[in-house]
Amino acid sequence: MKHSDTQRRTLLIADDSEMNRSMLADILGEEFDILEAADGVEAVEILEKQDIDISAVLLDIVMPRMNGFEVLDVMNQRGWIEDIPVLVISAESGTTQIERAFGLGATDFIMRPFDALLVYRRVINTVLLYAKQKKLLNFVIDQIDEKERNSRMMVDILSQIVEFHNGESGQHIIHVRTFTEVMLRQLQHLTDRYPLSQSDIALISMVSALHDIGKIAVDEKILNKPGRLTPEEFEKMKLHTIAGAQMLESLSNYRDAKLVRLAWEICRWHHERYNGSGYPDGLVGDAIPIAAQVVALADVYDALISERCYKKAIPHDQAVQMILNGECGVFNPLLMDCLKKVESTLGTEFVRVQTQEDRITRTGLVQELLGGERLFASERSLRLMEQERRKNNMLSNMTNEISFEYSAKTGALKLCEWGAKRLGIDEVLFDPMNNPQFKKVVSSSVEQQILSACRAARRDQPLITGDYLLQVDDQARWHRLVIQTLWSEEENPAFLGLIGKAMDIHSSRTQLSELEKQATHDAATGLMNHASAKAQIIRRFGLIAETNFALVIFDLDHLKQFNDTYGHLAGSEVLKGIADRVRQCVRGDDIVARIGGDEFMLLLSYQTEVNGAIDRIFKATRGQYRDMTVTVSMGVAKTREIGYDYDTLFHAADQALYVAKRSGRNRYMFYDDSMSDVLSENTVPTTDEEEK
Amino acid sequence: MMTLQECYARLGGDYEDVAARLRSERMIRRFVLKFLNDSSYQLLHDMMAEKNYAEAFRAAHTIKGVCQNLSFSRLLESSSRMSDALRNGYSPEADALLPRLEADYQLTVSAIQDYARECEEQ
Repeated sequence: MKHSDTQRRTLLIADDSEMNRSMLADILGEEFDILEAADGVEAVEILEKQDIDISAVLLDIVMPRMNGFEVLDVMNQRGWIEDIPVLVISAESGTTQIERAFGLGATDFIMRPFDALLVYRRVINTVLLYAKQKKLLNFVIDQIDEKERNSRMMVDILSQIVEFHNGESGQHIIHVRTFTEVMLRQLQHLTDRYPLSQSDIALISMVSALHDIGKIAVDEKILNKPGRLTPEEFEKMKLHTIAGAQMLESLSNYRDAKLVRLAWEICRWHHERYNGSGYPDGLVGDAIPIAAQVVALADVYDALISERCYKKAIPHDQAVQMILNGECGVFNPLLMDCLKKVESTLGTEFVRVQTQEDRITRTGLVQELLGGERLFASERSLRLMEQERRKNNMLSNMTNEISFEYSAKTGALKLCEWGAKRLGIDEVLFDPMNNPQFKKVVSSSVEQQILSACRAARRDQPLITGDYLLQVDDQARWHRLVIQTLWSEEENPAFLGLIGKAMDIHSSRTQLSELEKQATHDAATGLMNHASAKAQIIRRFGLIAETNFALVIFDLDHLKQFNDTYGHLAGSEVLKGIADRVRQCVRGDDIVARIGGDEFMLLLSYQTEVNGAIDRIFKATRGQYRDMTVTVSMGVAKTREIGYDYDTLFHAADQALYVAKRSGRNRYMFYDDSMSDVLSENTVPTTDEEEK
Repeated sequence: MMTLQECYARLGGDYEDVAARLRSERMIRRFVLKFLNDSSYQLLHDMMAEKNYAEAFRAAHTIKGVCQNLSFSRLLESSSRMSDALRNGYSPEADALLPRLEADYQLTVSAIQDYARECEEQ
């Protein structure tokens, strides 16, 4: 047999007669390795073993336990029939039998008694044909991959130039592209109003990177101006939509190409709004092509979450909320539905799309070309691994990420060139857990965290994402790790290794915790605000419901009078003074918050008795400012009486505060049942109307 | 000394046909001798006795297939009929066909046994 590789191919002969099997084995044994099955069940068991690549099956029809037709049924269900040719060999000569066999996907039907040479030739021809087809398929995948990669690279380079000119980070186009892709996919799930094929989505996502090419025609001074643009400047800025479209129009050779047409739509209309309030053309509704609608939304979203010369970054949740509230203009309601659906996963998608989605898309594209035929699974996974490696390497060089892979078989951890240089270690580390170079970067506690995350991963959920501290240049820096664990295909999957990458997110993470602090704390006094105090209290109640707590609310008597006499600045000073003194007389784990203008809240934990502590705090709040005595009124409610429901407890303390005020202020009151009917000082806060 | 052709003549087979298909005398000899170890006939016999007609059909079918491969025309004829008679479960015809099949099988086996003895003696 003529085939280029020297590797012998394997045939499976399924026949219940040992004589028949050995006769076929005799005829074909010189050319092939032969596996034998004495019935259909054995045949399926052999086919199930993925590690054996079966080139063809010779199948008898009449067999015990499972007959030949049933074997064909199983092969159809599992999709094996697409990749493994089946030659039925039977003594049955009825046309219905033959028709049924072909109907179930058999490649050939050989009647007994057969001619040895004929069997030999027909088997070899079939095997060669299938091998050739497989080779062609791989060739097509390679071609598409190569083509895609090249165009993507060209688009990326071009967009990078524009971004550079705009003074933006290269992240913007990646974000817009990912967002566009995720949204378009979701849109396909949600509606059939905008039918897009997989290749359409891939194309739109790719050219989304070109949306701002027109900015190359806008003065850099305007683009990078830190402050607000004047109306004249803004008009000039707006022109980038038209400029971008014009640049594409001048490509007369390609004007009709789908890519250029899509890019034109996106450039010109990515600032249009669904209600017609956008620019440059003021298009309304679906007069704006869906590609431009989605990119417009992507652009807005990324502008919000990114830091620009004129603004700080806004957290993801808040950005989504602002868009949904219509603060950034009106968008297609269907896209708003999509955004709600993908909101929670968007962050991880940003990472995932680049590592995983690409390879799935690529196979999907080929499937589309072939009219939905499935590809052979193991063939596919092998190719995907290879593609992934190439892609990862390229991406990490482009985006400054540390990509790595670990093989359980060899025990070797390989890093990309850039990553090894960045971490100051070798590109290949053997036995990383005991390797001093590895230990230098990953502390043992971090190592344990990563290991336990890997252990929790499974074949059906192989992806791990998490933030860990890595030592870089003797400095602990936050990195986001995305790790794909690899498992064997057997029933009890074995751990084969992992591939992944680490991105340095230190600056954005530190920024985030600063923002978090700003959002949860009151700037004037440095105390927690109401919302975060409430959240903490509820969390604490959930953790240790055995402990006794007292919730204290107090406010200043006559602050208004003080403000009126000495001014607001002095008022703030008083508040700060009280905050400081209260802080000094509570324990570290007690909660102190400023929940309103002159209103404070405390949560104290205690063993048996809290009255002493309350009295001490009450006295500490009194003080002399200028020539005025500042006093407070205080209401206290205890979990021992009220229970651990936050809202009920707060309400009770509030009622006690009300009674304290009614009784002449400058005192503290404990809640008791007699107060249950009185009005309260505050309404019970709900999550919607928490004070800042 | 009995030749393979003579053996075929005795058991009612078509030597020219098998020689044309399998193309190698060595291979034909090997499988003819192997026929002695084939348990399908015993299985047919037992299953008929147990009235397990589904298995009996399978056994008859297997004999038919082997006979087709080796061009044992006489036994092929009777095993084919048996297989058809049992295809849809029991039929009285099967009982009637059994003695003929038995006789053909014994004839085939005794011819091959004689041939085998002579091969060994050589």
